[in-house]
Amino acid sequence: MNPTPFANPSTGAHVRSVRSDLPGDLMEVSMGPHHPSTHGVFRMIVTLDGETIVRLKPVFGYLHRNHEKLAENTSYLGSMPYTDRLDYLNSMTNNWAYARAVEQLAGIAVPERAEYVRVILAELTRLLNHTCLAGFLMQDCGCSGTPLMYAFREREKILDLFESLSGSRMMCNYQRFGGCRVDPPADWLARAGQLVAEYGPFLDEFEALLTGNEILLARTQGVGRLSAALAINAGVTGPMLRATGVNHDLRKVDGYGVYPRFQFRIPLGEHGDVYDRYMIRILEMRESLAILRQALAGLPAGPIMNPAAKLRGFRPKAGEAYGRIEGPKGEIGFHLVSDGGPNPWRYHVRAPSFINLTILEDLCLGHTVADAVIILGSIDIVLGEVDR
Amino acid sequence: MSDPTFNAPGITDMERDELRRHGILLTGLEELYNWGRSHSVWPLNFGLACCAIEMIAASMAKFDIARFGSEVFRPSPRQADLLIVSGTVTKKMAPQVVRLWNQMPEPKYCIAMGACAISGGPFKQGYNVLKGIDRFIPVDIYIPGCPPRPEALLHGLVQLQEKIRNQAISGPAAPRHLQAEADCNCPIPECGAHDIEPTRNDALWPKPPELLRPTKT
Amino acid sequence: METLPQLRDRIAALFPGADVVLVTNPSPSAQHALRLDAPHARAIATFLRDDPALQLDQCTNVTGIDWPEKEVVDVTRTTVPDPAGGAPRAVEEKTKRIEPGRLEVVYHLYSIALGHGPVVLRLVTGNRTDAVTLPSLTPVWRSAEFQEREVYDLFGIVFEGHPDLRRILMWDGFKDHPMRRDYREPDDYEWEPTPHGDVLAKAKQHYPAPTPTPSAPSTP
Repeated sequence: MNPTPFANPSTGAHVRSVRSDLPGDLMEVSMGPHHPSTHGVFRMIVTLDGETIVRLKPVFGYLHRNHEKLAENTSYLGSMPYTDRLDYLNSMTNNWAYARAVEQLAGIAVPERAEYVRVILAELTRLLNHTCLAGFLMQDCGCSGTPLMYAFREREKILDLFESLSGSRMMCNYQRFGGCRVDPPADWLARAGQLVAEYGPFLDEFEALLTGNEILLARTQGVGRLSAALAINAGVTGPMLRATGVNHDLRKVDGYGVYPRFQFRIPLGEHGDVYDRYMIRILEMRESLAILRQALAGLPAGPIMNPAAKLRGFRPKAGEAYGRIEGPKGEIGFHLVSDGGPNPWRYHVRAPSFINLTILEDLCLGHTVADAVIILGSIDIVLGEVDR
Repeated sequence: MSDPTFNAPGITDMERDELRRHGILLTGLEELYNWGRSHSVWPLNFGLACCAIEMIAASMAKFDIARFGSEVFRPSPRQADLLIVSGTVTKKMAPQVVRLWNQMPEPKYCIAMGACAISGGPFKQGYNVLKGIDRFIPVDIYIPGCPPRPEALLHGLVQLQEKIRNQAISGPAAPRHLQAEADCNCPIPECGAHDIEPTRNDALWPKPPELLRPTKT
Repeated sequence: METLPQLRDRIAALFPGADVVLVTNPSPSAQHALRLDAPHARAIATFLRDDPALQLDQCTNVTGIDWPEKEVVDVTRTTVPDPAGGAPRAVEEKTKRIEPGRLEVVYHLYSIALGHGPVVLRLVTGNRTDAVTLPSLTPVWRSAEFQEREVYDLFGIVFEGHPDLRRILMWDGFKDHPMRRDYREPDDYEWEPTPHGDVLAKAKQHYPAPTPTPSAPSTP
């Protein structure tokens, strides 16, 4: 299996030849870890027959930052800033998932105003994530940069809101066990309402440019079809699962927080291809705007933090809990095992991007390299949570 | 374009400005050479983690890195001048980063953006985290932050441009690409059984000095 | 959905000889678990997935946990009658025992079809050294594929029946299992300006102790 080395007579350097043990005319290409389309340091070892993919093996770990080991040596609250850095585009929902898991572990109640604020921030995060995904997917399809510019313009408006509320654009570290850190002031709520009012026209403009575009349709329809049965068995969650037609959204199934109070629909796809995944996200953005309108209108007065919640010297009883929420990429959950001490005994992150990649090979077989790029883009991965 | 490093004998800066208003440009070869290079630094399209998103935001409409000449992010290292290491460098990724650095042609610069690239950052206590990319490649500018704001990246870029403008083009202080014997390749580490080997590049990252605070045993 | 004790009884009836234990979870989350034994785990898992009343079709989460061996002190209190005829005395007997170390895998199962869950399964290895093999549940739920590879990589549990068991997060030549509690990181010249704790202990090996300043010579 040793490739024939070619020694350069002047420098003595070796060049690896194409592997000579592959059958027929197959060629093995390594896409990544540095590649403009792999959405971070992700590597796919692709075996090609011409341009068609016959095998795809993903390689992980290029951003493995031992987040779970760090959490064993840090207090529960000390891990909250690290959860920001898991799915670094959506720090508010990561924080909420972790806060929910700890609240289930220790039995801490959350006041109503905090629940509403959490919903508002989670839906703003969902808008942010889906807009950026639409931009990055278009970038993968080949429109270099222009839809991404529109997407990031809107993202900056949402980041301005996050920055004035929590102090940081991306790494918000805003949720606490039993509520939120800071009460949003009245002018912040007014600005959020204005953003929601302006977002609808932006989505209309975005869709007018993209959704009916024949190049987009030709490149994404019928590409990367996923069946519902395989999706369920492979643990796929989030918009990717709903694109196959499975009605499973944790906001409705678990009904956590105050989501049962809001009227919103769950868009479902039919074919499970890349176009369905893109359209699901656009439709989910419109549903998020509906939730935001209702939440901002119905925000009650009250404390933002449970007065009985302990921040210092927090030692939950021995036991375990698995808490999960519907993040923008799928089900994000935290499995915590406590031994009664200040640090968790075991802290595990159930990362949606990692599990959604289980079927990457299945989706890409038989397609071309260009399609593999779009399929990977439609799965919506972030390496911070894939590798943790 | 009055550069303090330009010392033309007998001509003050005011006289130079006066001449320029009349359409006569007075400069030296060094200044002209550095000025052209500093305003068209092309970064490599290289993002590792969270800081990469701020780097992308810096290239978008609100912060607009194009104003500084660095809009053209190159996907290939052969065409790039600047490696912005944005995000945590893990030990699994470190050989690839050094390989990319070696593939960039001279003159090349490196910016370590974010706490993770400078020293390992919040993930320092880690078995897979490289405690700073300056252990293996020479870094020109360090931008602290977690993540640094896009304005901080732009400030770092401006500092780099100033550094390029102040480079001598001859003599011992000349940069690597103007010195015949300078080696622009850095040795690439290998992933070993327990750690990467070697753990650092001795020529670039010497052992740090003594403990600053004397300890009580 | 039936309660967990009912489920445990049903499994015990359907799989005679299987050792299924209900593990209570003392935290307010009340997510109790079923500990299965290795020989019957895959058959029971298939039953849980296919049974019409349960239809636990989604295995959402697979977690590995390391329980190193620890010393446990059992205290038994007995009353001993006083031979002199007085009041009985209370006597405390303390016995020390070593609870052996083991590795554990926890599976969280949900049903998308019927909308219930979680059902938590636990599998335990014999010890932490040589008896670290467990049956893989990847043939039952494909979502366990990457997660079991991660548990193998970071904890060292070997999953028998896994289609592609190799390291996933660390590189292939890596020899240790980093998430174990007794793993020591390699020493790679970590430096801080004002170190303390672990970092100080490691730093002292590399840096010379600060030289004491010589005292001023006394004037003769």
